[in-house]
Amino acid sequence: MTLLDAHIGFVEALRSAGLPVSLAEGLDAIAALERLSWGDRELVRTAYAATLVKRQAQRVTFDALFDLWFPRLVGQGAAQEDHAPAPSRDDGAALARFREELADALEADDVQRLRDLAVEAVGRFGAMPGRGPGMAAHSAYSALRRVSADELLQQLVEGLLGQGMGEAQAERTAGRRIGDFSRLVEADARRRLAEQKGPERVAEVALRPTIDRLDFLAARRTDLEELRREIQPLARRLATRLTKERHARRRGPLDFRRTVRASISTGGVPLTTHHKPKRPHRTELVVLCDVSGSVASFAQFTLLLVFALRDQFTQVRAFTFVDQVHEVTDHFKPGADVVEVMESLAASVQHAALWGRTNYGRAFTTFSEQYADALGPKVSLLILGDGRSNYSDLALPVLRELASSARHTWWLNPEHARNWGTGDSAAPAYSQVVPMVECRNLTQLGEFVHDIV
Amino acid sequence: MSSLRQAQDSAWFTSPDDAATRLHEAGYLADAATATTAYLAGTLEKPLLIEGPAGVGKTELAKAVARAAGADLVRLQCYEGLDEARALYEWNYKKQLLRIQAASSMADQSPQSWEETHDDIFTDEFLLTRPLLTAIRREQPTVLLVDEVDKTDVEVEGLLLEVLSDFQVTIPELGTVSATRRPFVVLTSNATRELSEAVKRRCLFLHLGYPDAERERQIVTSQVPALDEKVVRQLVDVVARLRELELKKAPSIAESVDWARTLIALQVGTLDEEAISSTLGVVLKHASDQARAVKELGLAASGR
Repeated sequence: MTLLDAHIGFVEALRSAGLPVSLAEGLDAIAALERLSWGDRELVRTAYAATLVKRQAQRVTFDALFDLWFPRLVGQGAAQEDHAPAPSRDDGAALARFREELADALEADDVQRLRDLAVEAVGRFGAMPGRGPGMAAHSAYSALRRVSADELLQQLVEGLLGQGMGEAQAERTAGRRIGDFSRLVEADARRRLAEQKGPERVAEVALRPTIDRLDFLAARRTDLEELRREIQPLARRLATRLTKERHARRRGPLDFRRTVRASISTGGVPLTTHHKPKRPHRTELVVLCDVSGSVASFAQFTLLLVFALRDQFTQVRAFTFVDQVHEVTDHFKPGADVVEVMESLAASVQHAALWGRTNYGRAFTTFSEQYADALGPKVSLLILGDGRSNYSDLALPVLRELASSARHTWWLNPEHARNWGTGDSAAPAYSQVVPMVECRNLTQLGEFVHDIV
Repeated sequence: MSSLRQAQDSAWFTSPDDAATRLHEAGYLADAATATTAYLAGTLEKPLLIEGPAGVGKTELAKAVARAAGADLVRLQCYEGLDEARALYEWNYKKQLLRIQAASSMADQSPQSWEETHDDIFTDEFLLTRPLLTAIRREQPTVLLVDEVDKTDVEVEGLLLEVLSDFQVTIPELGTVSATRRPFVVLTSNATRELSEAVKRRCLFLHLGYPDAERERQIVTSQVPALDEKVVRQLVDVVARLRELELKKAPSIAESVDWARTLIALQVGTLDEEAISSTLGVVLKHASDQARAVKELGLAASGR
């Protein structure tokens, strides 16, 4: 593969991963590379990053692809090929020695050595016999299983405590270091796979979408924390955008006094007119969300976002349900701590579940019986849920009544539209009563919330 | 290719290492990526868009480049409602009016035709240059800092495009003014709004995040040399722990430095629990963040 091929393949891969890399930016990258020495891999990475990546959220994708197209080393790496091939056997003694080395490196937080150890782990413990020579595959999963890095956690925590760290902090640090090591191992397995099958194939399957395009329903636990950190910035961006748009549309009646005042500087000729600001129109919002296991995290994010934008609405009320309805507005105090809100929300789920099986029909009926006063001609109703109601009664007339007593009604569904109506999903039936919107990731959520405000 | 070589002669830095050293001499501790990107921005003559949370040294980088290269800094502070007249240039109406009145009062002695007056009032004398035009017309090396570009309206971005891509400004009455010497352009943004693709395409992009512990220690030491080495180490450690918490606004470098200065002013010799909880307000600016930090770090809340 020539350098030009590598460059073009890399740019293509970035594009198919969703980074908008234009031709001009590709040329910029080449111009930048001309001025740098090719010897240093990090310089090349920086040059590409500066010219091609224009959004920090895309940096993770960029780094993963860069590692595939411009790998750090080939095969076992030059250093290890000097040794006899013998040490790449996998036996008990080697494993014990390796684990000892790994524990040392983790405790010292020696990034360079950890990187080498990750390469060794995949090469030695992750190798899966292939059908012929050169067909051997490497699996990060089996490497991590064999090394059982998780078991090193306790040892690492004790080591860190010995260094004089507090207990809670030692645990956090240890968890992070082991997580970093697992990521190194996964990256190395991807690199080897790319070497065999070509980077294009690997890029298609092995890359995770960026955090703002990650499906709520596919989020892992670590992703959830990252998503939660994204809520506040997203709310801030939305608020700025909304204020900007309001200002752009602000052309109320003529402000005679200001116009005349301004005309003095142009010799009494009113060159520019000034207008009084329009009164902003704010809606009241009632959120009714399904908090059963499958969609709980989606409901929490939406609630957090809605409450982060509370000053864009006159009033926000939130209700959660599984089969009973429970009001949770009180949990969202202005300026409250996000983590605490999440904890108290999780604790309040038990009030919403009497039998523990999602039942939309019962939830709507109870809502219209107990909280009918929450709705009115000024109120917008927002329903969150996947519409999977365990084949129970759907209470469509009740929902129709609720929808007609509110000013607007929307239904947000975190499932892909092609899955609506499969299994016990009552999405098609409900979507005939209430407009249903697919909302799978932060980007879609942000767009939707922006539109209703 | 010859134009490339020519460009290299007027380069701001000769290599990434040179950029790192000279920025360091100017009092800015840049990491490898920052130094390389600054070097590229200088040698490719492309604007540099810096994004990152508040207080990580975005504006400071532009100032440091100016100091390192012995250039002058021209600053355009963006805000909502910034327009052409404030960013680019404006005709001095009042002076023009005076000129016309003066001409008509002397009309009986030396009658002046409309063409003459017209040519007269649209000259350099009546032009008020604003930062963008100033930076382009300067002969000396210049660093143009467009600060907080995300605060402007979308129309101003359109205005920036001509300046950023061709380094020229078109004034209908005077013609096109091209840069004799291209300025080093730095745009900073807090990412409160997505900039348009057109602007981003023309820029090199650099994200400045929170530094690692070692670099932060160096920064605090260089900014507040009077603080004891041991306390700096403790301070950086506490700040790193705070950043791991889920806070509304994580403390950035500016806050670390402020904290170091506070400790000097209070003559605190060691950063123990009491010292932390009594000065936490310097680093954390939200009540809920402080409550969370007190809980997570196991501090006694009574001190505040």
